Amino acid sequence: MAISLTPAAANRVEKFLSNRGKGIGLRLGVKTTGCSGMAYTLEFVDEMQAEDMSFESHGVKVIVDPKSLVYIDGTELDFTKEGLNEGFKFNNPNVADECGCGESFTV
Amino acid sequence: MALLQISEPGMSAAPHQHKLAIGIDLGTTNSLVATVRSGMSTVLQDQHGHALLPSIVHYGEAQQVIVGHEAKVKQNADPVNTIASVKRLMGRSLKDIVDKAHIPYRFVSPPSDDASQGMVLLDTRAGLKSPVEISAEILKTLKNRAQAALGGELTGAVITVPAYFDDAQRQATKDAARLAGLHVLRLLNEPTAAAVAYGLDNAAEGVYVIYDLGGGTFDVSILHLSKGIFEVLATNGDSALGGDDFDHRIYCWILDQIRDANPSKQPLSEKDTRLLLTKARQAKEWLTENEEAQITCKLSSAYTVDVTLTAAAFVELTENLVRKTLSPMRKAMRDASLDLTDIKGVVLVGGATRMPHVRQAVQDFFQQAPLTNLDPDKVVAIGAAIQANVLAGNRSGDDLLLLDVTPLSLGLETMGGLVEKVIPRNSTLPVARAQDFTTFKDGQTAMSIHVLQGERDLVSACRSLARFELRGIPPMAAGAARIRVTFQVDADGLLSVSAREETKGVEASISVKPSYGLNEDAIIDMLKSSFSEAESDKKARALAEAKVDAMGIISAIHIALEQDGHLLNAVEKEAISKHIKALETALAGEQSRAIHDATAALNTATEAFAAKRMDESVSRALAGKNIDEVNL
Repeated sequence: MAISLTPAAANRVEKFLSNRGKGIGLRLGVKTTGCSGMAYTLEFVDEMQAEDMSFESHGVKVIVDPKSLVYIDGTELDFTKEGLNEGFKFNNPNVADECGCGESFTV
Repeated sequence: MALLQISEPGMSAAPHQHKLAIGIDLGTTNSLVATVRSGMSTVLQDQHGHALLPSIVHYGEAQQVIVGHEAKVKQNADPVNTIASVKRLMGRSLKDIVDKAHIPYRFVSPPSDDASQGMVLLDTRAGLKSPVEISAEILKTLKNRAQAALGGELTGAVITVPAYFDDAQRQATKDAARLAGLHVLRLLNEPTAAAVAYGLDNAAEGVYVIYDLGGGTFDVSILHLSKGIFEVLATNGDSALGGDDFDHRIYCWILDQIRDANPSKQPLSEKDTRLLLTKARQAKEWLTENEEAQITCKLSSAYTVDVTLTAAAFVELTENLVRKTLSPMRKAMRDASLDLTDIKGVVLVGGATRMPHVRQAVQDFFQQAPLTNLDPDKVVAIGAAIQANVLAGNRSGDDLLLLDVTPLSLGLETMGGLVEKVIPRNSTLPVARAQDFTTFKDGQTAMSIHVLQGERDLVSACRSLARFELRGIPPMAAGAARIRVTFQVDADGLLSVSAREETKGVEASISVKPSYGLNEDAIIDMLKSSFSEAESDKKARALAEAKVDAMGIISAIHIALEQDGHLLNAVEKEAISKHIKALETALAGEQSRAIHDATAALNTATEAFAAKRMDESVSRALAGKNIDEVNL
């Protein structure tokens, strides 16, 4: 299994990275907080950690730590517009339940 | 699910991290601050457990500024340096303030080159203070209360204003917030905030009336709520009617009583005025649940006031104040084209709606019991907090779309000093309307566009917002050019007007920014006069239109005579010029009927001439041409 980006998401990440001027890729992760158990994190990566796993998707390096990977393996990251908002969306096959606002989830 | 943004390494926000946003009800008598915590809206209290902060600022000795309850205590002892009901002075000039004799402050008119031209200043111990600065003190106190309760920097605030506040008053409120160090997310109309509070907490759908009788202002709004969408159908009100007026009636009544008992007739000192007004307010509040109120106090002259006001007498004293709220309600109902049967509920807002006879009047008018399940003092602040929470980004904002309306019609000046309305009153915002206009004179190449706000038909009776010129119109016959004028009002109420000549595509535009010192009458006055002056407006409009028509015809005939005068013999010419003279005489008068008749007579007199001109131009076009060349 792996983590992948949709072309729209990859395109956006590349733009953000070049605007930022530095960074080697995008880190996806989870942390245990929020009202429904887990929450996603999405960060730029300047330095890889020893145990990090990395994937390549549409030319973008996606970095995940192994602890997070078990929760989000198989996730496809998309970039969408919803009304006036635009942003990234996790399509995570592991999710069993989400909280009402979708910021956190349980597996 | 929620959409995520990429964060800097290690900076991912914890989910549900709350941005601190507050809603402020900046009232005439009392102010409140509320916020949304864990999905629940709560009104924040001070350390003594008071939710209401009296909107009173006291400038003490040694430069200290006291706000709220402690300032209220100083009111009787030091009325000149203790400012209450400052909201009534926001964006107002000295001449706007009626009843100065009963207000114990020392008003000063500002120097005319002052940035906030026209807004009245108050002479206090701490120097000259503008209403904006005084309001900022109240806002600062509320901000500090919120920061102490929430423990952090505030993202921003939603501040409520009466629906009738005009641009100057809204701008003054925003400036006060800026002075207090608050970021204004939005100014929200008070009744709309009340609807937000009721609409969300009770999930009720349908048409609702918000009856808001606060300390100093009365507003009535008709809103349509459905699926979380609030649409304001109509607003109306009276910016100088509120609970204070009820206090004032009692105060006058007390004066009457003691005048009987105390014939010395010495004018009351400022201190005594305050004292009696405070007693009057206490009596009013007491009468909400009691049958009679005892008013006792000692004046500075050592005279002891001791009178008893019964509930029945109070109702009688203030009956016409209550009745004054009925006419705005009727107008709003008419604006919204609604019958009483359409109204699903009536929401009461403002402490003054606790008075039983006010509730009864509302109930009688709408033939249903008003809703009172939220505290009428807190409703507005709660609604503002809910809106602030959405605007700060704590909610995805997908289920709360707020639509507001234009309080007065927007239009432009046409020939004869008349106003052509482009965006009618009560249009929902944002709104854009376009209308086509044309030139009045042959070969006219420029057009002056004068943007106006108001309900009256004549330019002189409306408020001028802006003027600009559209140049470069290609020369054409009068009436041939097509100039499209577009009025646009965005969600924040900012107006922009653009004009475009359609054939050549020349354009000009202007944005109207809210500003002080337009020296306009209060919106309420403009509205009132639009009803009471409707008849004279109609006459003036008829006269102006007749004059424009007549002048157009005279100028057309002069041109025709110049070009084709040879078609007429002396007698015919004489007849036409006699009619022109007659029309010119009528024009000098003010009788639209006479101008109309003279115009018609001139028209008839020139019919033969027009026919001759037509023949002439046809034969000119045909002259020297073969029948095959004439394309019929």
